[in-house]
Amino acid sequence: MAIEVRIPTILRSYTAGEKSIEGSGSTLDELFADLDGRYDGLRERLIDEAGLRRFINVYLNDEDVRFLGGLSAPVSDGDTVTVLPAVAGGAR
Amino acid sequence: MLTISAELRAKIVAHARADHPDEACGVIAGPAGSDRPERFIPMLNAERSPTFYRFDSLEQLRVWREMDDRDEQPVVIYHSHTATRAYPSRTDISYASEPEAHYVLVSTAEPADEEFRSFRIVDGEVTEEDVAIEPE
Repeated sequence: MAIEVRIPTILRSYTAGEKSIEGSGSTLDELFADLDGRYDGLRERLIDEAGLRRFINVYLNDEDVRFLGGLSAPVSDGDTVTVLPAVAGGAR
Repeated sequence: MLTISAELRAKIVAHARADHPDEACGVIAGPAGSDRPERFIPMLNAERSPTFYRFDSLEQLRVWREMDDRDEQPVVIYHSHTATRAYPSRTDISYASEPEAHYVLVSTAEPADEEFRSFRIVDGEVTEEDVAIEPE
């Protein structure tokens, strides 16, 4: 078993159109590093020097990973990680 | 062009008026590939701000999953500007992440006369489109 990662439309150019990919690791950080080896450029769209990008939501199963320790959140086989760009904007 | 029913247009405007002076936001889902907005889903503005909006992250996950399960997509993503015109701001453009969606903006700056406009926002490029209202 592996960790399933669900990819939003706007990032599927990094996954050859795949909606869902698989990876491994014991933390979110390791998982993204693992994916980076096969899906070049994807990791960079998710994180920057400061950690998770502010307008990218990453969920571990049903939780926002920001409440689970961010990139250090532990992950294990059978988990589902969902990536969704935040819907945001405004007049400011 | 965005084709939308008079009823759904009225629901967007009513939501924008109700949350004024904060920005209101939401989605109208429709069958994937149909380009037909059908299911009105008002969303919380987690920022509760007159100048900014952001979907609540957990509500967004729930709604996006529901659309996935129903084979729908966000046909319309709407929000209001409460003191400025209904035109995408730099912030709107930089965070736009659904290239297939119609981005609807409503301005509630004028109490009696709302501005209702629709845009495509793809790779930072804004294109305004016509809005066709289908009578009830």
